Amino acid sequence: MADFQTPQIREYPTIPALQPNSMAHLKPYIAAPAHQEALGFPGELVENWQQKAIEAMGDLLGKYRSLRVFLDSCVKCGSCTDKCHYFIGTADPKNMPVARQDLLRSVYRYYFTPAGKLGQKLGENSFIHKLIGARPMTEAVLDEWYSYFHQCSQCRRCSVFCPYGIDTAEISMAAREIMDRVGRGQKYCNEILGKVHKVGNNLGLPGPALEDTLAGLEEDIEMETGVKVRLPVDEEGCDILLITPSADFFAEPHMDGLIGYAKVFHEAGVSWTLSSYASEGANFSMFIGSYANLKKAAERIRKAAIDLKVKRIVVGECGHAWRVAYSFWNTAAGIGAGADPDDKYAQELQKQLDPRYPIPQHICEFTWDLIRQGKLKFDKSRNDHRVVTFHDSCNVARASRMGDKPGGQFEIPRSVIKSVVNNYVDMDPDTIHEKTFCCGGGGGLLTDDLMEIRVKGALPRMEALKSVVNQNKVTNLAAICAICKSQFTKVLPYYDMPMDMVVSVHQLVSDALILKGQEEDEPQTAAAE
Amino acid sequence: MTGFYAALFWIATLVLVGGLAYRIYEYAKTPAPLKIPTTPAPTTFVGVRLRMLREVLLFESLFKGNKWIWLFGWMFHVGLALVLLRHFRYFQEPVWGIIAFIQPFGMYAGFAMVGGLLGLWARRIVVERIRYISNPSDHLMLALLVGIGLTGLGMKFVSHTDIVSVKAFFLGLQRFDFSQPLPSHPLLYIHLGLVAMLMIVFPFSKLLHAPGVFFSPTRNQVDNPREKRHIAPWAAELERR
Ligand code: SF4
Ligand code: SF4
Repeated sequence: MADFQTPQIREYPTIPALQPNSMAHLKPYIAAPAHQEALGFPGELVENWQQKAIEAMGDLLGKYRSLRVFLDSCVKCGSCTDKCHYFIGTADPKNMPVARQDLLRSVYRYYFTPAGKLGQKLGENSFIHKLIGARPMTEAVLDEWYSYFHQCSQCRRCSVFCPYGIDTAEISMAAREIMDRVGRGQKYCNEILGKVHKVGNNLGLPGPALEDTLAGLEEDIEMETGVKVRLPVDEEGCDILLITPSADFFAEPHMDGLIGYAKVFHEAGVSWTLSSYASEGANFSMFIGSYANLKKAAERIRKAAIDLKVKRIVVGECGHAWRVAYSFWNTAAGIGAGADPDDKYAQELQKQLDPRYPIPQHICEFTWDLIRQGKLKFDKSRNDHRVVTFHDSCNVARASRMGDKPGGQFEIPRSVIKSVVNNYVDMDPDTIHEKTFCCGGGGGLLTDDLMEIRVKGALPRMEALKSVVNQNKVTNLAAICAICKSQFTKVLPYYDMPMDMVVSVHQLVSDALILKGQEEDEPQTAAAE
Repeated sequence: MTGFYAALFWIATLVLVGGLAYRIYEYAKTPAPLKIPTTPAPTTFVGVRLRMLREVLLFESLFKGNKWIWLFGWMFHVGLALVLLRHFRYFQEPVWGIIAFIQPFGMYAGFAMVGGLLGLWARRIVVERIRYISNPSDHLMLALLVGIGLTGLGMKFVSHTDIVSVKAFFLGLQRFDFSQPLPSHPLLYIHLGLVAMLMIVFPFSKLLHAPGVFFSPTRNQVDNPREKRHIAPWAAELERR
């Protein structure tokens, strides 16, 4: 399949012995000048890039407390060293979270700490620098950054186990922002983000194409159920604006999830719409650590909400999109509640939105509310051919919440699933909830040029999955993240599991949901497909 | 020697206090522009206080991460805390009741402290992953702390120094009275020299984890981004354009 070896599934996983630099060869494609410039970055590596990189680091140190505190506080205790799926899958020590941080910390220490500055008085690489592990910014360092900061999915697993909560994701984001600012961006993220700024979604799918796709889905649903369920776009004055990852419009099993949301909205009797202007939940700006771009992409959604005069905003199944929506939308684009009275920017939208509902609301929160109110009718037996387990997506698990209690992000999706399937099992407790393992493709790594790290990094998740497949006859892996779904579809075959075992949570909902007016022709439905 | 140590301790104290104050000021003035608590996180301010308390007193996250590091690390820190409290009596007259009360524990705490440090050091040498991430300064820091612990224990259990004079020396320092002689005792000289060194490197080293933990946004933020708009001054600036 490829020029690397898929790791062996181990029955008793142990911490691998180090294989230094075993992943140093892997680098994603570099962004073309057009991709860079669309985001406001220089097209190519600028001439005085070393100096620019140091300036950029200084700028970020003044803007982000996280960066400053995390760079200073690490005591090299080692607690995080065995927690990263990329380390587990590759054994490359630079994929240990603290070692990944050190790639940047060493440069920080050289230019920004008193000891490093003192050392500079004694020479380029003085004994003080060796003592504290400081090094100047060189071509080799930049190369190393480019490799290893694109082998971090920003999953935050390391931060759970760090006594100071040091989050390597923050360091990766800063490193990528610095690289972007000197003209060394990653093609995958930057090209996609450019499309969002220009067209409104990652695919560059224009409005008419979107309408076609949605019309097609409406037909599919009607054929399958005999009920007319609408997937409206750009309809003004609806209650709800749905923001969902654009993968939901074309990829499998994502589309089945979208069908699920549409059916749930239909049954709830609410009016809703998509927006062709803001037809993307994903916001890759987070991956490259760029606040300016994050804000710009989020403001498309703000504008769509204002233009369409909606009262609520619901977000579809996507991990990092939910993090951005839940944690950052209010900050970056004033989409949320609790703005100061003199905060005109945020008040403008806030006044329009219905304060009785959380803004934004996750589709799982929305569905779970209806289920609790008994407004949805299910035939769970329609999912009886399945034994389902659930993958907690990193960004949902460790960077956001659902419901009003901490940990709702674990309970609510599971409650939804258990309401629609009879056979549910969880994977090993050390691999779910806050300890969940990344799918291996998050953080801007979901690109073919990084396939090696994606396959290797999936190892811990694949091991946990394989174990419930063997012991509990699990047939399906449910997820609520577009990246997880695409990544699993791609890597499952490497581990001898079928790619179509991945399902959207709302696909399970969709399959069990009995639509009004559908009750009579039940047997026919059950036989469909 | 007395004059040298008197000057050294004054300098070390100024560096420690001034350096730490500057670092804390720097952390405090740098904004945290985004809500990034590691979730599940408390949704109330009180909850966050409790989370911090568990983190600082019990090393909760470290406990989740690695039981050995937790055990040695916690032993060392609790030992150190008790030892430090015990040392208060050399700096105050009269001695507070609570300080007198912990006196007997403080003695054994010295062993816990050194034991914990040696455990951590052994792991730093033996465990491949931790050896890989260690810089020479990490070993030196351990050497410094072990040196302080061993010389301290040495004076307690092997070769006593004239502790009454030591106390007079430090009480004198606080009143700018530099005439109280420091007893001439090699262990004492080493002990105090190392302590002063530790105080001086504190604000410039990884020992900043002590104030750092209180400023860590992944631990000290309330999980309420939907309910309350959180915005940094430089980010708000972008909206006024
Ligand atoms: S954030 Fe995730 S991918 Fe990045 S270093 Fe930490 S554990 Fe590894
Ligand atoms: S757990 Fe935290 S303090 Fe310990 S080595 Fe990792 S990043 Fe550093």
